[in-house]
This record gives sequence, structure tokens and C-alpha cells, in this order.
Amino acid sequence: MSQATGIKEIIKPENLVYKKTKVMTGKVLSYCPGCGHGTTHRILAEVIDEEGLQSETIGVSPVGCSVLLYEFLDIDWQEAAHGRAPALATAIKRLLPEKFVFTYQGDGDLAAIGTAETIHACNRGENIMIIFINNGIYGMTGGQMAPTTLPGMKSSTSPYGRDVKMMGNPLKMTDIVATLPGTYYVTRQSVHTPANVKKAKKAIRKAVQYQKLNRGTCFIEIVSNCPSGWKMTPVESNKWMEANMFPYYPLGDLKVPAEENPQKQTNPEKND
Amino acid sequence: MKGNEAVAEAAIRAGADGYFGYPITPQSEILEYLMEAKPHERTGMVVLQAESEVAAINMVYGGAACGKKVMTSSSSPGISLKQEGITYIAGAELPCLIVNVVRGGPGLGTIQPAQSDYFQATKGGGHGDYHLIVLAPSSVQEMADFVELSFELAFKYRNPVMMLSDGAIGQMMEKVWLKPQKERSKTVPEWATTGKPPTRERVIITSLDLDPHRQEKFNEKLVSKYNEIREKEVRFEELSCEDAEYIFVAYGTSARVCMKAIQLARAQGIKAGLLRPITLFPFPSKRLNELSGRARMMVSVEMSAGQMVEDVMLSVNGRIPVYHFGRMGGIVTTPEEVVDFLKSKI
Amino acid sequence: MTEEIIIAGFGGQGVLSMGKIMAYSAVMQDMEVSWMPSYGPEMRGGTANVMVIISDERISSPIIRNFDTAIILNQQSLDKFEESVKPGGMLIYDSNGITRHPERKDIKIYMVDAAEEAGRMKSPKTFNMIVLGGFLKVKPVIRLENVIKGLKKSLPERYHNLIPMNEKALERGMEIIREV
Repeated sequence: MSQATGIKEIIKPENLVYKKTKVMTGKVLSYCPGCGHGTTHRILAEVIDEEGLQSETIGVSPVGCSVLLYEFLDIDWQEAAHGRAPALATAIKRLLPEKFVFTYQGDGDLAAIGTAETIHACNRGENIMIIFINNGIYGMTGGQMAPTTLPGMKSSTSPYGRDVKMMGNPLKMTDIVATLPGTYYVTRQSVHTPANVKKAKKAIRKAVQYQKLNRGTCFIEIVSNCPSGWKMTPVESNKWMEANMFPYYPLGDLKVPAEENPQKQTNPEKND
Repeated sequence: MKGNEAVAEAAIRAGADGYFGYPITPQSEILEYLMEAKPHERTGMVVLQAESEVAAINMVYGGAACGKKVMTSSSSPGISLKQEGITYIAGAELPCLIVNVVRGGPGLGTIQPAQSDYFQATKGGGHGDYHLIVLAPSSVQEMADFVELSFELAFKYRNPVMMLSDGAIGQMMEKVWLKPQKERSKTVPEWATTGKPPTRERVIITSLDLDPHRQEKFNEKLVSKYNEIREKEVRFEELSCEDAEYIFVAYGTSARVCMKAIQLARAQGIKAGLLRPITLFPFPSKRLNELSGRARMMVSVEMSAGQMVEDVMLSVNGRIPVYHFGRMGGIVTTPEEVVDFLKSKI
Repeated sequence: MTEEIIIAGFGGQGVLSMGKIMAYSAVMQDMEVSWMPSYGPEMRGGTANVMVIISDERISSPIIRNFDTAIILNQQSLDKFEESVKPGGMLIYDSNGITRHPERKDIKIYMVDAAEEAGRMKSPKTFNMIVLGGFLKVKPVIRLENVIKGLKKSLPERYHNLIPMNEKALERGMEIIREV
């Protein structure tokens, strides 16, 4: 049996275990090896596909590493100015209330320059989903300090580590928006292990369901890594994230709908 | 009806889909009127008070990208904040209406009327090579009429339109004829984001292109669009220009002042006329150049330190003397002052 | 016919609303009109003034320096605008609170003691209507029936029951105005 025949034997529909999601465009991702963006894009595309929402979705992409997000998901997109995605999404959802509308933003975009837009969209309870990728650094511009950079953490603009006396403390935006009456579902997830990917995907699916109910803003933080910005290998960066990021940004639901879990709505607690 | 109220009512009647604004004197009546008039009940129009001018213009961006007729309004300091969004909207080639009820500056300045935002409005305003189409109403009637005209031009050219008004016209009441209610448009432009059906490619609204060669092509496309607008959309009004030896060039409130100044001057035997630009971009350069062939002098009357005067000079190209006259800081020039200035230059 | 008017006094005296009623009334009479208020902090208790132009032609400048008629309701406004009345023009004032009376000889000066009269009529809010009545007596540029129409237009419907009282105030103003 020749080698070619061997591959043909293997490439059969019944042997297929993993394939490109229809909602991904096929364009090669521009992210660094090991970065959490790609995985998050994928599960977002999967949920849009599985929920049959491709023709109903309008996404708002940010400024940051995922500025080219609109190249990767085969849906209608609007590219926002830095930090303004929630304002765009507000108008889109109000003018096209039947559509599924989401923003996808990094920590610099959402928690620094776009703080006002984020908080007020959440406070108005806009019926949108906000995906917040928190890797504690400005990846795209070359590893500068972000609002979420941990105390003591080094970046190109905190080369001796973040000195909180001089540079302020890391901002826990997810905790803040969870306190706002306009948010309906607030959760913090990660995508660094298969189990976490599953959980994160489930969270996105929930947000999609909740948006159909018009209950308010759904806010999903993905604590992620930045191997290039952190100057680590992908594996090291994941370990570092577990050891350093998770204690400061603990995974789990911060706010869940009262009808699903009355206790958690009134008394938020971490489940991981 | 006040000029500001006329804008608001005309917007509802023009079938606007959305208004996003933030209060600032002297234009807050626009948002107040819209909230009071319940346009969501009348036409389904969305009206929202945003958390800032920055958010408001970005809501306009989002709405415009859905192919909707959307607008915002503000006054000078607020318009400065909106410049980020405006350049993105221009760069994404989206239609919208921005109303600027100008007050004196710089900084917080005054809340009284001024025309000191001419440069900002006509030369771009934000970063990058772009132009807004700029309409200058000089009456409450035009505040109303130009809303629909703005949306027409905005959609025709996929370009943001600014109505450059001022505190006097915004606050003033005059008789106004309003058009009957138009239905909100149901047509969806093919460039709008509405969710991607399997039958078409996805729509991406963006102003980003990291490839400089493609970006240059895009800039060239914008330039040719602006040239087409310069060719086709110049609007102006002439008063007593047929035999005028001295021509005032003025828009908005200053044009109203000059109308009176013409009467006063002519009563003293001075043949004065007025060219009132209705579009500030495109500017009526060609017509001014023609008029400079038979007039002796032009005076650009503006409530500024002299901004439009530069465009008048470029139009006249040195053929006859061109002067600037105007008051600043929120003081409205009086017709008598204009005539006195003219006499001092004859 | 073009009548260029300034009404000036304290915020809260009904300066702007008197101008508004004048403007609406002129519209009812099918005339051109402009109403240009001072705005801003003045609205909140300081001095307030409004320029009203009524004409049967297109109105040029809504902001003017010289007036056919000045209606003056406090001392500051008298000091500020007495000089702005065109020669041969008219100044109407309420002497209440006035310490220095108008002095010009080349204009007609009328006094309408509206504040006192409004007190006597026990309807202080009709103060500005008494003044307006006085103005219309000496400058009948708008017919009374159109003023009533203008009142209806500028008052919210829930206040339409007050129209007869305002009408009475207008008439009273016509009676009490006198040349000085």
C-alpha cells in the first residue's frame, strides 16, 4: 500500500473529528503562537454558527490586537474607534433590535480609554454582549502597561514593574460592571485548557440566549495570556497566568440571572 | 419656533431614525424638544442622551453604519470632542448629520453666538484628509429645511454633513413652515451592516487599511468625491449684487446683519451687495471670482478673527482688495458697524 | 411696515414671554417676525431682554442696536437702552422701582404703572400683559383679536382658562398708559 493511499484511507467523513467552523473566514489568524484570541474567536464563531445567527449578527471590533477581528469571522462588522465599541453597539441594537449585537474588546480598549462607554452601556442595560479579553498588557502596540497590568508586573512602560503608588492599581472592570443594575450576566472565564474553553463557550452561548430575552448587558471577561508581551513561551505564559492573573482576577460567575440561581444574583460569589 | 426646536421637529418629520446627543448651551433645546415630542411614538425614531459627546458621535457612527438616518447636535466645545468620531465616519464613508450651534471660544469660551468654528468645519476638523459637506442656515426656516437637505446630501455622497449654525439662530424664534411628516425609509443601502445573509459577502465598516498603497487609493477616491461635490453642490444666495461695487460675503447670522447693512449703505448712496454662501464646503469660489471682475472690494463679515476671509481671498486671487470685519467673543456685529467699516475702507 | 422692539427687565418679569406673545400674535396677523432673546445665565434671575421685529417684509438682521420702541421694566435696562431708541421713537416704562426717569427729549415717552395695577387686580402674573396692552394702545401694530390668538398659541392648553384674565389685563393696560 502506498503512502498516498494511506492518507486517503484516513481522510474520510467518518474519521473527521475537527474542522474549520463555517463562520471563520479561512484567513490565517495574525496572532502570536499560544495567544488566547484565536481560541476565543473560534468559540465565538462556533456559537454564532450553532445558534444559526450568522445572518443576524453584527459585531463591533476594537482597536488593539483584535483590530483585524473582522478579517476572521464571516459576519457583518463595524470597526470602532479605540474604546468606543459599546457606543456603536448601543446604536446598532436600538436601531436594529432584532439583531444579535456584540463587542469584542481588549483591556486597554475597554478598561482605559473606553471606561465611560463601557460603564454607561452596561448601566443603561443595553441588550448587547461584551467580550472582554484581559491579558494585562497592550499587546498590539508592543507590550505597554494596561489598566489591568498586575502590581509589580513588568511592561515596556513599567520596566521596573507596576508601582501602584505611582501608576495606580489594576482595574477590575468586570467587578465594577457586575454591580450595575443594567447588567444581566457577568462572568469571568479563560480559554487556556480544554475544560476552560468549554466553560467559556457555554458562557457565550448563555449570553446569546439572554440577548434574545432583552434582559440587559451580558459581560464576559476572558482572562488571557500574552506570550509575546509577557516575554514567555506559550506554556510558561499559561502557567504564569494561573499563578498570577487568576488570584487577582478569579474565574467564575460574578452575576447570574436571578431565575437561574437566586442566591448568586443577590450574593455574588466565585465558583472556581 | 426657535431655531433649535425647528431642527428637532424637522428631524422627526424628515423621517430620521435616530438622534444621539449630550446637553450643551446654546443647543440643548434640540434634545429637550426631541424628548418632549416622543418621536418613538410618532415615527419610531430613537432618541438617546449619551454619556458624553464622544459616546454620542460614536452612537451616530454605529447607527449610520446600519444604513440609518442618524444625527447628533452640539455646540463648539462638544463638537471638538466629537471630532474623533467625525473623522472615523468620514473615513468609513458613512452618512450622518452633525449640527453645530456655534458659541465663542477657544476653550469653554462663552455661550453667546460666534462663527469661530469655520476652519474646523470646512477644513476637516479631525485628523486625516477629509471634508464634511457644510451647510450654513441663516434663518429658523433654513434650520428646518436643511435637515432634510443634509440627509439627502449625506446619503447621496456617503459623507457626513454639518449644519454650521450659531447661538443666535439656534435661540431665535421666527415663522417657520414645516414639511409634512415623511415615513422613515425602509430601504437598506447595500453597504449597511444588517447581518450577513448567505446571498452576499459580509459588510465591513472600517476606516482602517494597513496597506499604504490601498490607503492612498482610498484617499484618492475621497478626493474625487470632494471634487464632484465642489462641482455639483455649491449653493449660495445673492442680494443686490447686480450693480454692487462693494460685496459683503457673510453666512448665518452675519449674513442677516449684512442684509440690513446693505439697506443702510444704499440709503447713503453706497452700492453694497451680499453674497451669502449656503454651502461653506463646497465654497462658492467660482462665483466670487466672477464677481471680483466687476466689484471694487469685498468684505468678509464673520463673528470670528477672520476665517472665511481666507477662502474669499483665494477665490478672488488678488484681483480686488478683500477685508475681514467682525466681532468676537459672542458679540454679534451690528449693521451700523459693518457700514462704518465699509466706509472706512472706501 | 417694520417695527423693531426691545423688551428689557428682570428675569421672571415675563419679558421673554411678552415678546413671545407679541411674536405669535404678529404671525397670526400674517406678518414676518423674529424673536431674539438674551440667553444664558441671564435666564436665571438677572436681567433679561428680547428683541422682537415685526414686519410685512423679510426681516434682515434679528440683532439690532437701535429700536423703534423700547419697553423697559427696570432701572438697569433703562440705563442701558434709553440711548438705543431711534430719534422719533418711543420708550414705554413702568415707573415701579425707577429712581432716574428717562430724560430724552427727541422720543415719545410713555409710562404704564403695570406692577401697581397688577397688584390691584390681584393677578401679579398678568403684569406683562398690562404692559403689552399699553404698547398696543400707542402702537397698534397688531389687532387685539390676533393677540388673543397669539396667547392661545403660546400658552399650553392647560392654561387656556387664564386667557380671559389676560384679556382683561391687556384692556387695563390700554386704559392706564399715559404720555409723560
